[in-house]
Amino acid sequence: MPEPEQVTPTVLGLETEYGILLADQACASPVQDGLDALHPMHLSNAVIRTYGELVRQHSTGWDYQTESPLNDQRGFEVPRGKALADQLTDVENGLANLVLTNGARLYVDHAHPEYATPEVTGPRDAVLWDRAGDLVMLQGARAASRLLGRQVRLYKNNTDGKGASYGTHENYLLSRSTPFHRVVVQLTPFLVSRGVLVGAGRVGRGQSSELPGFQITQRADFFEAEVGLETTVNRPIVNTRDEPHADASRHRRLHVITGDANQSEYATWLKVGTASLVLRLVESGGWRDVPALVDPVRAMHVLSHDPSLRATVALEDGRELTALDLQHRVLSAVREHLARHGAGPEDEEVVAAWQQVLDDLAVDPARCADRLDWVAKQQLVERYRERDGLGWDAPKLALLDLQYADIDPERSLYHALRRAGRVRTLLDDAEVERARTEPPTDTRAFFRGRCMSRFADQVVAASWDSVIFQLDRHRSWVRLPMADPLRGTRAAVGDLLDRAGDAAELLDLLGS
Amino acid sequence: MSEQTHGRRHDEGEDVPPPEAPAEKSQTASDDFDELLDEIDSVLESNAEEFVRSFVQKGGQ
Repeated sequence: MPEPEQVTPTVLGLETEYGILLADQACASPVQDGLDALHPMHLSNAVIRTYGELVRQHSTGWDYQTESPLNDQRGFEVPRGKALADQLTDVENGLANLVLTNGARLYVDHAHPEYATPEVTGPRDAVLWDRAGDLVMLQGARAASRLLGRQVRLYKNNTDGKGASYGTHENYLLSRSTPFHRVVVQLTPFLVSRGVLVGAGRVGRGQSSELPGFQITQRADFFEAEVGLETTVNRPIVNTRDEPHADASRHRRLHVITGDANQSEYATWLKVGTASLVLRLVESGGWRDVPALVDPVRAMHVLSHDPSLRATVALEDGRELTALDLQHRVLSAVREHLARHGAGPEDEEVVAAWQQVLDDLAVDPARCADRLDWVAKQQLVERYRERDGLGWDAPKLALLDLQYADIDPERSLYHALRRAGRVRTLLDDAEVERARTEPPTDTRAFFRGRCMSRFADQVVAASWDSVIFQLDRHRSWVRLPMADPLRGTRAAVGDLLDRAGDAAELLDLLGS
Repeated sequence: MSEQTHGRRHDEGEDVPPPEAPAEKSQTASDDFDELLDEIDSVLESNAEEFVRSFVQKGGQ
């Protein structure tokens, strides 16, 4: 076993837009009846604002100085006049925005409440702060429900089955020196086939569920291009937004938009863990014999539509491969890479779990009902079909699909399975509750989060790579840039943050 | 636009098993799964058709 190289940790994060619904028909007052006319954007705003009140936090400004949603990884910039309105994400819109004490961002994006995890350095931490986001949303929804006198429900899913889709995105920091073309070519077969690991399952096929049946992923049908800058229309398998939230001369941020929102902690862990390993492989020079798909977009749809896992897709060299074949090829390339360059303990765990899931899927997908959302959901749906003699068009099956993703454990079908001991878990409730307010210690999220818990009154705005302070009413703003995601850790600034009585002292201690 | 009816009883949480429900179950018996379905029946939105119809989202990313 060779000595592990000095590997810079992968910095990553997840962002999730939650589905939102105002429930309850029998209303006590005309005011409550009138809430049905509320735009989901404002309903989402109510969730964020009431959560802010719950944790006694004011809306925080967002510092857009370094955001560049129209920069393309391929080296050009879309002129603003040609951009779609919803690509202009760097404009203040008057809606609630909270930078949380755990370093996360909680805000309204389009017509959904969104939670973006703080930056973390490994898959298990990604799961932890992702689940913390579910808890934030649950508390926000319950508080908003009390305030409005109507139930606000949130869903961690990605489609309404009527043509609308909303995303769960992964973000991975890459080195600028990795050629983007290599990322596109080498990541595509992995992304196209990884639904078998990370799909959340869906009742209905086609963007509007126009065809009956079950498919593996929520998102596949919404992908229409191989590469591109858009995220809301003509969605590409590889997104090219070049907005690193870091030193752009050293880093890229790969914005992966193909994933499903997972309830299963295990599936989220696999999603992030496998992608991190594949990206590390690509960054270190990549692998040979990368399968070149004839039509990646169509392949993504075909593979998602076949829960039997027998469907094949064509390669340019004439071969036909299944999703499991493709995953096996990626996995063996990752193994070779780790054998040569060394693997950390969590890398080994991810590889073993990945192998086990692929083996189990090959024998019988049902074996993975304890780990994979799509299998758990499919089992539930099939059992109902059997018991109640239901056709695929039965509303009850669509309901099972939706309610699986209700974030309230009292209604969530995922949580019903979990309580019955049918799913593998990685985290306990106490650590998730802690992560709701506590930041990761090993990235700049620690600094951001601590600034919010200690000096929120003096923070006028923040962003992924900055905090802006107003030290007192008479002084102008001070912008502290944080271009390096691995600085601002507890080891580096924990002591200074503890010693500082206010933000002015903190800046003095930091030597600004 | 939301017209679904929901059983109020669930809002109080009485029909919901406590979070610490025993996880010890025999893996093989399909009776277990049927029991689980019965439990799920009690928390499912009461009017599936109305509920599914009312679940309309704006697009996002």
